[in-house]
Amino acid sequence: MNQIQIGILAIQGDIEENLTATNLALDELEIKGRVIPVKYVNEIAGIDGLILPGGESTVIGTLAKLSGATQLIKDRVSNGMPLMGTCAGMIMLAKRAYDRVVGEIRQQMFNVLDITVERNAFGRQNDSFEAELDIPLIGSESFKGVFIRSPIVTEIKNGVDVIATINNKIVAIKQGNVIGTSFHPELANDTRFHKYFTQLVIDYTK
Amino acid sequence: MISLISTEIQPRGIKLEKLETVPVRKGTTLVKRGFAHMHKHGVVMDVTNVEQAQIAEDAGAVAVMVLDKLPFDVRKAGGVARTASIKVIEDIRDHITIPIMAKCRIGHIYEAKILEVSGIDMIDESEVLTPADEERFIWKWDFTLPFVNGARNLGEALRRMEEGSSMIRTKGEPGTGNVAEAVKHIRLVNNEIRKIKSIHESGDIQELIKISRELKVSYAYVEETAKLGRLPLVNFAAGGISTPADAAFLMNLGCDGIFVGSGIFKADDPVERAKAVVIATTYHDEPKQVMEAQKMVDEKKSILGMDTNNLDLKMQERGSNA
Repeated sequence: MNQIQIGILAIQGDIEENLTATNLALDELEIKGRVIPVKYVNEIAGIDGLILPGGESTVIGTLAKLSGATQLIKDRVSNGMPLMGTCAGMIMLAKRAYDRVVGEIRQQMFNVLDITVERNAFGRQNDSFEAELDIPLIGSESFKGVFIRSPIVTEIKNGVDVIATINNKIVAIKQGNVIGTSFHPELANDTRFHKYFTQLVIDYTK
Repeated sequence: MISLISTEIQPRGIKLEKLETVPVRKGTTLVKRGFAHMHKHGVVMDVTNVEQAQIAEDAGAVAVMVLDKLPFDVRKAGGVARTASIKVIEDIRDHITIPIMAKCRIGHIYEAKILEVSGIDMIDESEVLTPADEERFIWKWDFTLPFVNGARNLGEALRRMEEGSSMIRTKGEPGTGNVAEAVKHIRLVNNEIRKIKSIHESGDIQELIKISRELKVSYAYVEETAKLGRLPLVNFAAGGISTPADAAFLMNLGCDGIFVGSGIFKADDPVERAKAVVIATTYHDEPKQVMEAQKMVDEKKSILGMDTNNLDLKMQERGSNA
């Protein structure tokens, strides 16, 4: 097997934190692979999986569209390449997103998850928080969810599995090869989410 | 990974609450510093009204910073510069979705408390405004909301961190349209870090302790910086950035992102310039892309700028001894 390559979309946001978490995941799984920042369109062809980091969804979305990266990534994902979006990343993957302040978000970005997302659903930074989450998919021990001006999933269509909830609100989902989380697994100091994703990438390259 | 080094074991800014039945922790070091980390590789733009805030958001700003006057106008007007009108802050808050920061005066605990409950996302304890306390800065561990502070050397940066700041920006010399001071400050910080990193690698703890005394900061912060080989907080460039090339230059010096003050809305082409600075910040490692961004602005429309050697007011010196 060739060594796998996992890309981190490197336009804006906590890119290095995702690089570190994914590298740690590879080490712990004892998998030979590379984790690379992906910023330019010609870098998309060589990767086996992609993570969209946290940051500002409007910024990342606008610049990704400008560079022509969105269509290429969509094509790869529809052919089975695993994709994970955290916080801003999940907003960009959703088919519909809205905000309590300004209503419907104008631009649709990647359009690959059959979900509706409410941006800043818990409120502004004063209402950002950490909480222990129960996520059976990655193990029985609780996972530290770091929610920073986080979105929630308000609606899911057929084929979307709920991975995690907090207070009955959906905060992580999976639809086929695509994962979305409201919180930031890359900040949790716990690599289980990135390991799970890495495993999807390994299965995809087999 | 976020450095979690902390001065207080149980800071007053942490709130243990319940989201209906689920226990949650607000204002933790991770949540505050994590907020700063989400801005990396982005541009924060100074704005004074809703119109400017919308231009900034449409251009791809990662956040806006609300002021009463842009630094250039603060410099021109003289007098005492204070925090912006709450009505303006609320108005901007209700029209955009990206995070909002606002400035308070150095040491002015109550301007900060007001800003904390006004529904903004981060407080800038800033030397652009007139300091309210010459002796000490705000003890930021008491706040749930994260703070950003200016620094022009490693000592200032680590002292602000020890007081509970969650993000650092170089001071530069605000409102001058001249990037030279920001460049000087980031180079100075980089050199100081390089020095303590190599001392740490040599195992000379005694020398590191001596340096922490010179920097007037607890040893743990110096050790953490030396170990990481970088500031333990997100570090943005600020002060005098006026063109896409300025932004790309500072990103190349190792800054995590950019604050633009007067450079955009004191220029005669703010809409194009705002977009161009965002593109140059993201693609700073590719000169061709930065050239394309630079092409979007007209040098005849840049802020004229001034020589930083002959200024009546050096904002960067405010609070530098505290």
